[in-house]
Amino acid sequence: MTPSEKILAVSHLSVDYDSIHAVDDISFDVGKGEIVTLIGANGAGKSSILRAISGLIPYNGSISYAGKDLKNIEADQIVAAGIAHVPEGRGIFGNLTVMENLKLATWQRKDKEQIKKDFENVFSLFPRLKERRKQQGGMLSGGEQQMLAVGRALMTDAPMLLLDEPSMGLSPVLVRDIFKIIQDINQAGKTILLVEQNANMSLHIASRGYVLETGRIVLSGTGRELTGNPKVKEAYLGG
Amino acid sequence: MAYIFQQALNALQLGSIYALIALGYTMVYGILTMINFAHGDLFMVGAFFCFLIAFYLHLSFVPTLLLSMTGVAFLGVVIERLAYKPLRNAPRVSAIITALGVGLFLENFTLALAPYPKHIPTLLENTTWTLGTLSISSLQIIVIVLSLVLMLILDFIVQRTKAGMAMRAISWDKTIVPLMGVPVNKIISLTFALGTGLGGAAGMMYGLAYPVIDPYMGIMVGWKAFICAVVGGIGNIRGAMIGGFILGGVEIMVAAFFPSTYRDFVAFTLLLVLLIVRPYGILGKPQPQKV
Repeated sequence: MTPSEKILAVSHLSVDYDSIHAVDDISFDVGKGEIVTLIGANGAGKSSILRAISGLIPYNGSISYAGKDLKNIEADQIVAAGIAHVPEGRGIFGNLTVMENLKLATWQRKDKEQIKKDFENVFSLFPRLKERRKQQGGMLSGGEQQMLAVGRALMTDAPMLLLDEPSMGLSPVLVRDIFKIIQDINQAGKTILLVEQNANMSLHIASRGYVLETGRIVLSGTGRELTGNPKVKEAYLGG
Repeated sequence: MAYIFQQALNALQLGSIYALIALGYTMVYGILTMINFAHGDLFMVGAFFCFLIAFYLHLSFVPTLLLSMTGVAFLGVVIERLAYKPLRNAPRVSAIITALGVGLFLENFTLALAPYPKHIPTLLENTTWTLGTLSISSLQIIVIVLSLVLMLILDFIVQRTKAGMAMRAISWDKTIVPLMGVPVNKIISLTFALGTGLGGAAGMMYGLAYPVIDPYMGIMVGWKAFICAVVGGIGNIRGAMIGGFILGGVEIMVAAFFPSTYRDFVAFTLLLVLLIVRPYGILGKPQPQKV
């Protein structure tokens, strides 16, 4: 993929939890239309990076999206600015129906006609959700909840998606499905920042990747370069 | 027979006032898992707003009601912003102590301005229809019907509108809601406005039914409404309504057939027994559907 216009720029990002450096002076960027992946073990700081971008936690350093500094913007306005976050563990509202979960994500939007089309788009991408649209979110299986979480992010109409461990807890078949869908969504024009422990799959679909260890970036490169790197092979791809 | 019907009507009247107040407790609990112990005193402020508006502005029933509700709703939002919001991440007990403090403040502030009980002017011509031994007053009908209408409106907002969805979502997991683009603080303010506004309406109706009002009138009524919310399943809106009517029913029926001094004793005993049998309340579940 040719280098494209930078849409998300993270520079010198640090996140501290009670004097522990969860994220320590990290800089990276994501180009428009790219899939960029952050890989690393549990506790490497991947989720904290996404949470900082979404405005859920305080941080030092700067994050900008489409030229706009996000530092003092409330989390709900970051969605309006164009970033949707699919959180770790999916964050489905178990007491709301599938339809209500999707509708809630359109909060910042006024374009009624386009919202209707997006509902159809989500339902054609995830036919299971259409079947289950009147059921409560808590009644869905793990895979269905993941589909709903991605569907909600699409309903925000944000051009950029942050995906936090979308493969977590899913069977290998479902993992393949969800990665295929991530690729499709990307093909349809969404920029994607993907956080994963499943390094194999995520490097396979990503144009570029960053390897995190204890809050720092230790390696970066294209998906292919990283897949071929002996250190990555040993630590993350099972030799 | 007519006597029982008469008492049932009285029970509906008292129950609908309890239910309106109980809704405020349950909504705030559902969204913040906090008991707003100042809520009973906001009910009292509602009665005093009604007095001020009717006495000094000479407005009629509907504008008085709307202004009282708006005034109490505004006060509720201000209290949340100034007193509760800074404590949102503090231990729950700090928030509860603060709420008790806000309640005492409201009582004593009102006492300072109105040291003697006040009498709310007659806002409605009260006609009484007599059918044999049964007498029905128009005021009674208005209190019951108006309460039911307000509860239906609230139920519609919570179950059918996007803001209601947001309230229910916050009660499930507040941390995820901003990721949907929903401004959580505004929804919390809206919840306070709705809950305390209903409390204000209850204060006015109580003041019309029992026209002598004083700064301490919210204490006992507030505790009872809180119990209604718990009995119905705290955090559950329909539960709060049911709890209100149950307590109203029990109180009136006890007073109807026993010496009236037994009323609170028997009512509270029954409620304690109910809570032993169903600790999460009537509609509550161990993981209740809140707001």
